[in-house]
Amino acid sequence: MTMNAMTLRKTDTDIAADAGWKTICALDDIPVLGARVVASKSGDIAIFRTADDEVFAMHDKCPHKNGPLSQGIVHGRQVTCPLHGWKIQLDSGEAVAPDVGCTKPFEVKLVDGQVLLKA
Amino acid sequence: MKKMKLVMIGNGMAGVRTLEELLKHAPDLYDITVFGAEPHGNYNRILLSPVLAGEMTLPEIMLNDLDWYGDNGIRLHAGKKVTTIDRVHRRIIADDGTEAEYDRLLIATGSTPFIPPIPGKDLAGVLAYRDIADTEAMIDAATHYKHAVVIGAGLLGLEAANGLMLRGMDVTVVHLADWIMERQLDRAAADMLQASLEAKGMKFLLSKQTEALVEGEGGRVGAVRFKDGAEIPADLVVVAAGIRPNYALAESAGIYCGEGRVRGIQVSDTMQTVTDPRIYAVGECVAHRGIAYGLVAPLFEQGKVCANHLANFGIGRYEGSVTSTKLKVTGIDVFSAGDFTGGADTEEIVLHDRQGGVYKRIVIRNNRIVGSVLYGDTADGSWYFQLMKDGQDIGAIRDHLMFGQNHLGDAGHKGEHKAVAMPDSAEVCGCNGVCKGTIVKAIQEKGLFTLDDVKKHTKAASSCGSCTGLVEQILASTIGGAYQAVSVHDKAVCACTELSHGDVRKAIRDHRLLTIPDAMDMMAWKTPNGCATCRPALNYYLISTWPHEAQDDPQSRFVNERAHANIQKDGTYSVVPQMLGGLTTPAELRRIADVAEKYNVPTVKVTGGQRIDLLGIKKDDLPKVWKDLGMPTGHAYGKSIRTVKTCVGAEHCRFGTQRSMAMGVDLERMLFGMWSPHKVKLAVSGCPRNCAESGIKDVGVIGVDSGWELYVAGNGGIKTEVAQFLCKVATREEVLEYSAAFLQLYREEGYYLERTVHYVHRVGLEHVKKRVVEDAATRRALYERLLYAVQDYKDPWAERYAADAAPALRAPFETLEA
Repeated sequence: MTMNAMTLRKTDTDIAADAGWKTICALDDIPVLGARVVASKSGDIAIFRTADDEVFAMHDKCPHKNGPLSQGIVHGRQVTCPLHGWKIQLDSGEAVAPDVGCTKPFEVKLVDGQVLLKA
Repeated sequence: MKKMKLVMIGNGMAGVRTLEELLKHAPDLYDITVFGAEPHGNYNRILLSPVLAGEMTLPEIMLNDLDWYGDNGIRLHAGKKVTTIDRVHRRIIADDGTEAEYDRLLIATGSTPFIPPIPGKDLAGVLAYRDIADTEAMIDAATHYKHAVVIGAGLLGLEAANGLMLRGMDVTVVHLADWIMERQLDRAAADMLQASLEAKGMKFLLSKQTEALVEGEGGRVGAVRFKDGAEIPADLVVVAAGIRPNYALAESAGIYCGEGRVRGIQVSDTMQTVTDPRIYAVGECVAHRGIAYGLVAPLFEQGKVCANHLANFGIGRYEGSVTSTKLKVTGIDVFSAGDFTGGADTEEIVLHDRQGGVYKRIVIRNNRIVGSVLYGDTADGSWYFQLMKDGQDIGAIRDHLMFGQNHLGDAGHKGEHKAVAMPDSAEVCGCNGVCKGTIVKAIQEKGLFTLDDVKKHTKAASSCGSCTGLVEQILASTIGGAYQAVSVHDKAVCACTELSHGDVRKAIRDHRLLTIPDAMDMMAWKTPNGCATCRPALNYYLISTWPHEAQDDPQSRFVNERAHANIQKDGTYSVVPQMLGGLTTPAELRRIADVAEKYNVPTVKVTGGQRIDLLGIKKDDLPKVWKDLGMPTGHAYGKSIRTVKTCVGAEHCRFGTQRSMAMGVDLERMLFGMWSPHKVKLAVSGCPRNCAESGIKDVGVIGVDSGWELYVAGNGGIKTEVAQFLCKVATREEVLEYSAAFLQLYREEGYYLERTVHYVHRVGLEHVKKRVVEDAATRRALYERLLYAVQDYKDPWAERYAADAAPALRAPFETLEA
């Protein structure tokens, strides 16, 4: 059997793991319009799930005063920080105007109902 | 799909605001072309006065510069006056021959100054005061000439006079009426204003009718002659005798523009012209239900509605505005609303401090405010205006009405009420540390017009809100004229809907809505799943209207109500276990001490509500902490029942007349699990010495020898408000029933985030008494509905730490690993 054939038999998840992706949880472990917190070597990361089952990840720190964004209310593609109500764009980590600031986003994707994170 | 063509005639504030709203809703729906007669972008006409006075420059008052049009793909024909609307071929033609076709046409031609037909009105040196060109001509005249006469002592006339005076001219204001600004001010306020302007050097000729403008040297105006034969020199005459809707173009195209006194482009509540459904109109050129508005706020409201319909959303109607005038005349704040003249059937409350430059007059009919005039200190204008619009009975607050909404311990900004007198460095918003200068700068540089805009950009008045009146006043004085307060009660819940809290509550009740998606669907929410403002409100309205039936959505609750603990600034939580009535036991204290040590709790504190607070607990530890405490939740985190505070009472105290501790325990036990529009705090004192501070609680109970006195709608917070006496009852059972009935009424009628004090202010204590005190059947029903709502409420802590707790309840407290 050649190496090629072996690789072909790998599941998508395995391939993802090869490229630095890590399986975190099932999509259903994150509430709709909610978030979960992932402990990582670069600090806590919040993974959000929108009403359309899109997932987004970013540092769990508001650019304003480090509020835990994972605890905010998710609406559309935004989350409102629980501490002082800043709105953060889930896809970019940018604060919604007129506020200015940015939280570091991380790559995240869905494969076979599993949430994969590159952190 | 090919875009539709939208053409706008007129490039002023109301029209461009409409386009901005439209671009927010439907950025790609139209190909937009704008024709403006002036060779500029859109500028803030209200700020022409500061430009004339030399306080601001033209670039500073631009709202939309030419780049804005380009960036938004709008074709701007600046300096081209439209002369023809060809409705048959759906095109318009400008004076230089430019043509543009339209699918929708928006007419926003504004107003034109009214020039009375007096001989000499066409002489050189006779100007109106309307646009940049007029302003520049006045500035130019001020450098060459000496004598200026302003005809008309309305707001515009006085501001023109003030500007010319500051530019060194000798200015006389001529007015037909007996006192200045007679449309906005009564005689006393007008006299004060006149005196203060005279002190600066302005001259006045009142009750004077102009007969002719007399030609001087070189064909320029030289003097003004009056009916009584008198004549005064004038090298510059500014006519400020009012404005008229500019509807000539529309009328020439056969669009109905009214008759008699009600002239202006006639529009429906959707801002469509009544003549041609493809043609809309907004702004000063419009007459809506017989009224042509000249203030910026109603025009922006019109723009908002118009944009909504242009975007094909088809919701929202403009139903007219009740206007008040809150403005700055040459640096002095004045406010008026309603029938401030009064008549035989009215009474009035007057405060007149001539030396201090403050005058306030409130006109009252049948215990209701029908009008008011404020001079010098206008911070309470919007409060009086609100009371007037709501038709609220002011009997109960009559004795402190004059001193304003804030006169009771208004913490945080040192009782400052006069925005004008404040230095730029003065702190306005104590919560967010925002100074007056910061607010003024944001308003000017960002072109802000509404309180909401100012809140968003500066954060002032966005936390506790106690400085709202002051911020409004600063806004009013900074944008010069015509700031208008919007009624907080009719205001939309948030930008996701046009509906007010009252509308939403009613729809949920009338249509038996049980879930947030159903509610949003039914009420045509504009966003797919709302925002952090409307979702918690909707969730509350659903569960309070349909207890045990509506679906409680944790994701629509603020984090504290999801975590059942209070989030702190560093992201940790505080835990307050239940201690009914503030009573605890040695065993509980021992467990609390053990928990504090086991989890390294950094701070242990006794709260204002007589509870023990463990601060600094990590979210992951919460369920373990709760389990180790073995006590139910103390509800210290929700828009819900918080605490019932008690004094020692007849159980031990030598002065006690009633058993206040037992009463407090019973009340708190009854209310366990009660969600409410905002937090609810109670207190029970055993005698009138009132050691439990019942006088500043949502429900305060005071034991007297013959029974219990009940007080409601007190507040110890942002603005200390003394609770109002509701009634006296004899028995323990009555205390429970009356208290519960009041709270249930508040739960059913209060708006989300409205404390009991504001709720009772809004509906009036009489309304509450009728249902809770006078009508036994209603009271009983309210009481039973409350008991039903809290029935079977399970301790949320125990539910989450239980060994067999559902994963969905446990998961929020568990961190995942990467």
